[in-house]
Amino acid sequence: MRVPRALRTVGGVLSAAWLVFLLLASVTASWWLPYQVDAQDPAHTLAGPSASHWLGTDDLGRDVLSRIAAGSWISVGPALLAVVVAFGIGIPLALLAAEHGRWVEHGFSRFAELLLALPSIVILLAFVGAVGVHPWAIMTVLGVLLSAPVYRIFLGQAQSLRTQLYVDAARVNGVSSLRVNLRHVLPAMATTIAVQAAQLFAISVLIEAGLAFMGFGPSVPSPSWGGLIAAASQHVYDDPWLMVPTGVVLALTVIAANGLADAVAGGREREAATPRHRKPRTSVRAATGGTHATEGMLLDVRDLTVAVGGPDGPALVTGVSFALPPGTVLGLVGESGCGKTMTARALPGLLPEGVEVTGGSVWFAGRDSADRDSAGRDSAGRDLAGLPDKELQAIRGREIAVISQEPMVALDPMFSVGYQLTQPIRRFRGVGRAEARRIAAELLGQVGIVDAGRMLRSYPHQLSGGMAQRVCIALALTGSPKLLIADEPTTALDVTVQAEILSLLRALVRTTGLSVIIVSHDPGVVADLCDEVAVMYAGQVVESGTVAEVLGQPAHPYTAALLAANPHVAEGLPVPERLPSIPGTVPAPPDWPAGCRFASRCSLATAECAAPVPATPAHGAAKVHGAANHGTGTVRCVHPLSSPAELPVPHPVERGVPS
Amino acid sequence: MNALVPAPSVPVLSAPALSVRDLTVRYGRAGKTLPAVDGVSFDVAPGETLGLVGESGSGKSTIGKAILGLQPPNTGRILLHGTDITRASLRQRRVTAIDLRVVFQDPYSSLNPAQTIGQTLTEPLQVLRVPKDRRRPRILESLAAVGLPADAADRYPARFSGGQRQRIAIARALVCDPQVIVLDEPVSALDLSTQAQVLNLLADLRDSRQLALLFIAHDLGVVRFLAQRVVVLYRGQVMEAGGAEEVTQRPRHPYSIALTAAAPVPQPAEQARRRAAREALGVGPAGATPPAAAGCPFATRCPLATDVCHRERPPLVAGVACHHADQVAGLRLPTRAA
Repeated sequence: MRVPRALRTVGGVLSAAWLVFLLLASVTASWWLPYQVDAQDPAHTLAGPSASHWLGTDDLGRDVLSRIAAGSWISVGPALLAVVVAFGIGIPLALLAAEHGRWVEHGFSRFAELLLALPSIVILLAFVGAVGVHPWAIMTVLGVLLSAPVYRIFLGQAQSLRTQLYVDAARVNGVSSLRVNLRHVLPAMATTIAVQAAQLFAISVLIEAGLAFMGFGPSVPSPSWGGLIAAASQHVYDDPWLMVPTGVVLALTVIAANGLADAVAGGREREAATPRHRKPRTSVRAATGGTHATEGMLLDVRDLTVAVGGPDGPALVTGVSFALPPGTVLGLVGESGCGKTMTARALPGLLPEGVEVTGGSVWFAGRDSADRDSAGRDSAGRDLAGLPDKELQAIRGREIAVISQEPMVALDPMFSVGYQLTQPIRRFRGVGRAEARRIAAELLGQVGIVDAGRMLRSYPHQLSGGMAQRVCIALALTGSPKLLIADEPTTALDVTVQAEILSLLRALVRTTGLSVIIVSHDPGVVADLCDEVAVMYAGQVVESGTVAEVLGQPAHPYTAALLAANPHVAEGLPVPERLPSIPGTVPAPPDWPAGCRFASRCSLATAECAAPVPATPAHGAAKVHGAANHGTGTVRCVHPLSSPAELPVPHPVERGVPS
Repeated sequence: MNALVPAPSVPVLSAPALSVRDLTVRYGRAGKTLPAVDGVSFDVAPGETLGLVGESGSGKSTIGKAILGLQPPNTGRILLHGTDITRASLRQRRVTAIDLRVVFQDPYSSLNPAQTIGQTLTEPLQVLRVPKDRRRPRILESLAAVGLPADAADRYPARFSGGQRQRIAIARALVCDPQVIVLDEPVSALDLSTQAQVLNLLADLRDSRQLALLFIAHDLGVVRFLAQRVVVLYRGQVMEAGGAEEVTQRPRHPYSIALTAAAPVPQPAEQARRRAAREALGVGPAGATPPAAAGCPFATRCPLATDVCHRERPPLVAGVACHHADQVAGLRLPTRAA
């Protein structure tokens, strides 16, 4: 199933075509050969290409084309045998070692190391000396020697495949170990096997030709490529052409085998390709946004749209607007795939490769915005959505910092905490080494780490998840940012550690005036930390407002349904027999309807919901900001709820058989 | 070692479907490492759900692995319907443990991406030597039981969302018609709305099939929803065991209190009150110095800890392992202002 993907590249097709052609030619040689292998033509010795001898003749007048074709099987076949032997030994041993744990693995691995330590060409020559020139036997020995690297490569892969839960599930179900290996482990290694086999084949062909060149090939009258090259080398001065045809065929075969390996490996990489960050931003964008921030806001996002592959590609986030005053915490809450992470990452220009901002504005008043121009505009503010990546780079870290879900991934395992903290401090603040270390210790104290001296000397693997996240927060503070974007900062942590980190973030906001945008799927985290909240669904903000309003009096049916599905209830309240769940699943971006995107799952949906729904003021927003469709307090619904009891919750939901 | 008497506060009515007695599992050598699981005992009755709650490093998943035969225990016994399966190999378990199945946490790595759902569900039936013509009906039946259409059998896992994959993993467990299912964090990777769907499904199965469920989770709220009884673990030891309502509403161990107080609720005012109460508790940070091997594992973080806590491991008495069980009530969060 995967090899054809490899064949979609030009190199892959050409390589495979050459190898197939060679195989067919060698098998069918006896039917189409123009001359007998040994047919001599004394009139034309050492002739160049001609109509009767396409590739010329050798010193006895024998046709070169016929000899190459006739010799192809004896040149390629033993190399194939070596590959089969190497894999036939290496892979079963790797599977056994991965399955049977430490002692078996130790035994096999030491043996493999022994084989790897042997100089293979010396072994092969010694074998020839002892047993004689038998190409098939020699290449079998080579296969045994090559089984050691094969074992090493596949041991690692087999071990990691065995940690997959489907392997455990099959074992618990009593599936026999042979079957587990054949059905769950081996198929997943197919691509690597193909890549390695093609490479080993190329190596074996070269080794075999080398041996034949030295005279350890098939006996002289029967042609092999190595032998042909050796014979041609006798006439390198009087007939240099003789070397060319055989040399080209050998080289092409080796290149084709490597090319096929590359194509297969490339196909796999393309499959596994994960988006990379920091793609240079395209400057062509629709300038739809406003030109300045609402007064007093640190961040003012209007109509932000993020799409894959430019303005015509599928949108992941559409028309997102929110504003953030200094010193406040905004929660972006929603389920996976709702666009909350894309929204947060779009602000400092950290979108994955291929995803870009295609509309809207991100007005950020990062620098001290004391001086305003006559129009009351924040002269220090900038629209981040229009900035080239180079300028955004200067803002990231200094003015906007980011912490992520996986603190362990965010820290480099090779460097001590002290090194990782002092580097950005020196860069951002232009201080010396000792001063940077003092600041680093101060920051660690600020994030609640008591023994800062010991922490500075520690390496990431010595830290618990909670400590690592504290270090990441300290790292985010090195540039004294105005805005901290925290993408699910506590999701990977234990609940007691989560509470500690939330308390820490709250204390930082209080003491430093930092603004925070926190992305979370957990309404409880939002309730704990945030002042304001924007609920996202299918790439839109469906409801926003203060945290008390939105969570206490949800106006959008989705918000109400999401809160109802939460099994966490406060002490003293009863747990329901069944949770009111939302039927169906979130539609994927290409399937978003023109109207309300929640309509297909909403119990209140009517025909009106099929038309596009604008965001309207809610939670008394009009009197708070005077700006409709913007700032806090909006809802995007035709039938907003005025009290939570209004939502006719299907309860219990279809007795466990939702769509 | 203390004589650990399982003390369920809700009496176990029928003979237990699964019993674990004094289970100890060590990953390294004795003396060098603390055991991952240290003298844990509990029972699960038919039709009952037992929640095994703890944070990372509590040993909850290791207990699951030991029960499933994926991790050999050092000491202790595991009984399935009274049959000792402690040291049964996976091969022997094909006969002795056909009633025992598993659902894992990660809906992505628990299904082989190269097999159709039908192939995945057929595999356990092949092992049980179910005749070929009876396999398809059983697969469709178990897909229907988890609310998936029959044509799901011919599709690959990539076509399904996380919640649907978890349903498929449950269907794989159900297809053998088991009586005991180990659920290792089955909903922790899911979104709230899909989590609610899967939790409802599990509650339906528990009630309709009289299944004994061992529900391993880190989330007390989720456990309170599904389980009748709860065992709270910390660093491999049982801190508290009892009815789900008692443990979550009136915890009797300082660690259980810390755990309940830490889970945020989505009501801002209520949460602010709980946060203040939690911060006032004085529970030490999680990364604090590791406890002495001889004492209570929670002693280094516990606000009630005294000398005896660092010296002696408290026995599990009436479902609580605490030297100061009588003072714990004072730590409890004030219940919600009406």
